[in-house]
Amino acid sequence: MSLSAACALAPDLNYRPRDLKAETAALEHIAAWAGQFTPSVTLQPPCGLLLEIEGSLGLLGGIRNILESIRRGSAEMGYTLTLACAPTVAAAWLLARAGSEKIITGKRAIESAIAPLPVAALECGAQTLDILDAIGARTIGELLQLPRDGLARRCGQQLLCELDRALGILPEARQFYSPAPHFEAALELGTEVASTEALLFAARRLLMQFTGYLAGRCGGVQHFNLVLMHEDHADTLLEIGLVTPARDLDRFVTLVRERLAVHALAAPVYRIRLQADDILALAGASGQLFPDPAHISGDWVKLIERLRARLGADSVQGLSPRNEHRPECAWQTIMPGTRITQVAHPPRPLWLLAAPRALNEVASKPHYRNGPLALIAGPERIESGWWDTGGIMRDYFVAQTPDHSTLWIYRERRQPGGWYLHGIFG
Amino acid sequence: MNALAALLSHPAIWRGNQLGSVSMPSVPTGFAALDAELPGGGWPTAALTEILPQHEGIGELRILGYTLAQLSARGRWLAWIAPPYLPYAPALQAAGIDLAKLIFIKTRSPRETLWAIEQTLRSRTCGAVLAWPDKTTYPELRRLQLAAEGNPGLAVLFRAPHNASSTTPATLRLGLQSCAGELAVRILKRRGALLAHPILLRPPAIVNRNKTGFKSHVVDRPPFHVPAARIVPASVSTV
Repeated sequence: MSLSAACALAPDLNYRPRDLKAETAALEHIAAWAGQFTPSVTLQPPCGLLLEIEGSLGLLGGIRNILESIRRGSAEMGYTLTLACAPTVAAAWLLARAGSEKIITGKRAIESAIAPLPVAALECGAQTLDILDAIGARTIGELLQLPRDGLARRCGQQLLCELDRALGILPEARQFYSPAPHFEAALELGTEVASTEALLFAARRLLMQFTGYLAGRCGGVQHFNLVLMHEDHADTLLEIGLVTPARDLDRFVTLVRERLAVHALAAPVYRIRLQADDILALAGASGQLFPDPAHISGDWVKLIERLRARLGADSVQGLSPRNEHRPECAWQTIMPGTRITQVAHPPRPLWLLAAPRALNEVASKPHYRNGPLALIAGPERIESGWWDTGGIMRDYFVAQTPDHSTLWIYRERRQPGGWYLHGIFG
Repeated sequence: MNALAALLSHPAIWRGNQLGSVSMPSVPTGFAALDAELPGGGWPTAALTEILPQHEGIGELRILGYTLAQLSARGRWLAWIAPPYLPYAPALQAAGIDLAKLIFIKTRSPRETLWAIEQTLRSRTCGAVLAWPDKTTYPELRRLQLAAEGNPGLAVLFRAPHNASSTTPATLRLGLQSCAGELAVRILKRRGALLAHPILLRPPAIVNRNKTGFKSHVVDRPPFHVPAARIVPASVSTV
């Protein structure tokens, strides 16, 4: 039927041109996601996917569990499936094409299962179907009753081979799909989306696909990018980093939620894309018999990731001393949890000011908060760093205010001199 | 009489004139005098503690030093949220704190600070959460107290001294003051009877007073260039 005829019959018909490229891409994404159930996935374009699951039955807890996981996962990604199981690839494909959701486990049951299916489920041309219609063979069962040589003469060897493959008489070789080394998937949102909740919902679909892909590759990621595409605005890139490699859907969703919560959308989004380049090897985690909530090492990792997603990676850091004499250079930020070497220093204050603060000088004595400071230890002369721009020449003292606050101050030895507060003994 | 004494020693009963023998999970402070006055004998865990120092630099951090060193040595995490200055790594290490267990969190607004405190408490991963919230209202503190109740570690808020007169949902509130070289700790709120007199503590000394100066001067001088045509002064000051 032509489009104009269809529109004449149903005026409010909603139609779209068929996008074969998008169909193939979607099929490949499901194939990559299905890699978590079996390493042997075969594409059956344009709409089929063949999974060899016999080897996974023991690992994943039986055929019903596997089918249930596949159905639930694909529904969360937004796809509806017809699932059929059979000992031969061709029989399973016949059942699925005919919309018959059967699970056949023995080779003997194949014939009785495929017999009631219409011949239209076979992958033969329209010409062959016309011949079969003319000779009155409507189901595959009726077809199997016909003499083989006559059938071969009328319809060609192709049809017989297909039937034999389904029954397991002829072997069948298939090429397995191997997922791409990098992950990249995009999702059209249909309309322009401006709310972060709706974006998160869409992002979850992509993340679902992503975790399936990672599970299939026994891999994890330490960072991935979420790209938000706007109609009249440059794309927004959200970089999401993790402390340790992971492929945990909930963890990913939490991080994306935190990032979206602090990110003000520049413009409505019509398409989102998820990409990850570095896929790292990651073995599956084994559960503990007696999990101890206080000492699960993954928990602090999640905390840091969550804080970093909201506050920025620079705002959540570990601290470590550095082997350096200049006080402002004697520390550095590190990744929390890194082992640290001991560095010996003379007494140092627990608080260091970001920049030294000039102190008033009254009668050649430093004053702080309108009181003279008493020098109780020092001087410790630090003269270092002439080789770079941050050279210092200072005499450090431990000083006390009249109200017994202990401070770390220094006298600048370069012109014009003066006293400065650099730390507080908290 | 014995029966009465046995009855009164029940953990659920405490009398107004004594410090309740409330069994509160806690960690020792390292100061025997302070431990004796705190219910549970130390800093309370799974509860909010407020510390109100009169001003900075009187030992408000050193009072926690022993506990933090102990906790980090046991592999517990220490979170420092929105501190007023940079926690100086060499000094922390000298105090015995394992820096591998420290998380330093900077925030840009009071809202972020409260969010970070709550998240950290709710994650239940930290042995101690030290936080310097800017301005907090009673409902916000109440929320933090609730979050702290589920966290098996310390939760310490440092607040300005003028907050001493306002009510707080925190379990313990201490006012710190410097008193002739010692640290006077006033217990403003605790579970049990009030304590009228302050406790005098001597936090670890910063410098050994017997020594007049440090021996460890550090002087890195650039190579000394002597201009050919000039006279070198007779005395070059050296260190």
